[in-house]
Amino acid sequence: MEQIILNTAELKSQEYFLNMGPQHPATHGVLRLILTMDGEIVKNIEPDLGYIHRSIEKQCEYEGYKQIIHLTDRMDYLSAHINNEAVALAIEKGLEIEVPERVKVIRTLMGELTRIASHLLWWGVMGMDVGALTTFMYAFRDREMINDIMEETCGARLTMSYSTPGGVMFDLHPNFQKRVKAFIPHLRKVIPQYHELLTGNVIFQKRMNGVGKLSYEDAISLGATGPVARGSGVTSDVRKFAPYSALDRVNFKEIIYNEGDNMARYNVRMDEMLESLNIIEQLIDNIPDDGIQAKTKALIKLPKGEYLQRVETARGDLGVYIISDGKKNPYRVKFRSPGFSNLNTLIEIGKGHLIADLVAIISTLDFVVPDIDR
Amino acid sequence: MILTNFNYFANLIRYFSEGLGWGTGGEILGYIIVAAIYLAFFALAGLFLVYLERRVAAFFQLRLGPNRVGPWGLFQTIADALKLLTKELIGTDRKDKLLYHSAYYIVIIAALLSLSVIPFGHGFAAFDVNIGVFFISAVSSVGVLSILFGGWGSNNKYALIGGMRSGLQMISYELSAGLALLTIVLMAGTLQMSEIVLQQQTGWFIWRGHIPALIAFFIFIVAGTAESNRVPFDLPEGEAELGAGYHTEYSGMGFAWFFLAEFINMFIISAMGVTLFLGGWLSPWGITENLGAQWFWDLFWFFLKVFLMIFLMMWFRWTFPRVRIDQLLTLEWKYLLPIGLINIVLMAILVYFNLVF
Repeated sequence: MEQIILNTAELKSQEYFLNMGPQHPATHGVLRLILTMDGEIVKNIEPDLGYIHRSIEKQCEYEGYKQIIHLTDRMDYLSAHINNEAVALAIEKGLEIEVPERVKVIRTLMGELTRIASHLLWWGVMGMDVGALTTFMYAFRDREMINDIMEETCGARLTMSYSTPGGVMFDLHPNFQKRVKAFIPHLRKVIPQYHELLTGNVIFQKRMNGVGKLSYEDAISLGATGPVARGSGVTSDVRKFAPYSALDRVNFKEIIYNEGDNMARYNVRMDEMLESLNIIEQLIDNIPDDGIQAKTKALIKLPKGEYLQRVETARGDLGVYIISDGKKNPYRVKFRSPGFSNLNTLIEIGKGHLIADLVAIISTLDFVVPDIDR
Repeated sequence: MILTNFNYFANLIRYFSEGLGWGTGGEILGYIIVAAIYLAFFALAGLFLVYLERRVAAFFQLRLGPNRVGPWGLFQTIADALKLLTKELIGTDRKDKLLYHSAYYIVIIAALLSLSVIPFGHGFAAFDVNIGVFFISAVSSVGVLSILFGGWGSNNKYALIGGMRSGLQMISYELSAGLALLTIVLMAGTLQMSEIVLQQQTGWFIWRGHIPALIAFFIFIVAGTAESNRVPFDLPEGEAELGAGYHTEYSGMGFAWFFLAEFINMFIISAMGVTLFLGGWLSPWGITENLGAQWFWDLFWFFLKVFLMIFLMMWFRWTFPRVRIDQLLTLEWKYLLPIGLINIVLMAILVYFNLVF
């Protein structure tokens, strides 16, 4: 790995280097930012990656297609199910099999639940990053309900590995519909409370409004995806323009805010949670009953060729790109992770802000570092 | 030392020197005992406040908080303190040893000195000096030195940023806090803490001073929260940004002293607020004046009021986000300070024309 050398000769007087991370409470894991500071003002940001690199892409080349799914849990662990789904969809594309309708609905339901869980965690941590510690506990209380649903369904709470090529691992638990239906009104009730606790607070508004502005043009040229792009007014929801699983049969809005600042990104995620609830509500009552697994061979071999599948994770556009040479292992697997391209925007928008604002910006960009590093 | 009228601590010292006839030796012993009482109070009150904070936080956060060690978990913080006492002290290499180690002594000394002039009840103050308010303002600003020393001496950039922030913050907000106190001093016409309380027997100053006293109280709470480095003004620590700010590099008891001092400072700010605005140890409408055991009721009302103030500050902490350094300074220099200055002029006019109740 290329070593980043701190060249103090380039510094102007008054400036100094500040090593933010890999162990730092605000970098949400092991992201390392080398900051050039002038007092408290950030002059330059240089991300240094590789602290949690596990060569998942390389490992994929040595695993069978069914095993790859378990590796993807560990990329963006907060949208584990959506990662699984992406790989499963890519493999199904290659095998040219049609999965049962039930599987499609289950995957979409799980995906949206995962998105809500991820956004809830983000909301809790967002509050902590700007100093409001209580939000974390509230968010975790409600996220726990989703985790319980996941646990009941497939035994795992976070790294679920629930989708498999051709279907899902287990059928839904009999309690599933009841619990999800209990969760929907609960979240509808608590989100206004969240707004009351954090969003409406005058200090929070001052911290968020107009800070970390990402313009429409920059969002496109830097490759921002997901809520970050949508906070800058860029239409980028994969669920909308390339629907997968059961997303083509539901009505939902793509949440767009045009301001491009912290508050816009914050609002996008808050509204997305409600929109995900809408999607779940439309699907939960009529889950078709036609099996949970399409017929696949025990040893999957994709035909020679290249396969791409894009999905919308909680962080944005995840691309799974598989090159197959017809053997039981893929020739090459590439994940285009949303976190990595969103990290680009931090370098642009973080400059010139105070260190406290940088922390808030990192928080609204919602990094999961294992997703950036893979 | 000025020992006025009636003072339990002075009586104690007098008992050793004159009552037992031990002369100067007895007097010194008396002083040592008083100091020991205050040290014990410092530690116990600090530990209790840490416990209280954790419990209050837990109730704000849908948790239970410490509830395992002792009844209701009361001994949890004592167990924590024992753990911190026995921990190895780990610091940075190439730290400035003198500043680094003197920092936590200064913070204790400043807190104890402030504590010593606060009357907990009638006659319950170690030094009931006739310049009490001024004395507290003076010694509590010594506390900022400890944070600056700790920040600079740690040889850590995060600690340094925390220390510098704290310097900015405490020096700025001291002005507002001082002005708010002066507003009341104008009404009372004295700087002696016990005298200020006794003057409130006809009504607490917060009511007697019309609107200026209310404004002063508000300013005092804001500035006091800022001076004790608590959310929303906990920038010197700012754990999301700076790890732990100025005490990042302290471990074991070094850290514990800073930690306890933070809570004692909160106690001092609350006690100041109670003494100057809320009638100190006096009961509301004198409801317990004719009951016996007056010393008990004094302490009861004083600590109840202080507890309510502290609870308010804890409430801030567990619901508010943190402000940014520029917003912090804007709030002080553009809003609080001008308002405080106008307020003090208003109060002077009221007092001059004898319009206060």
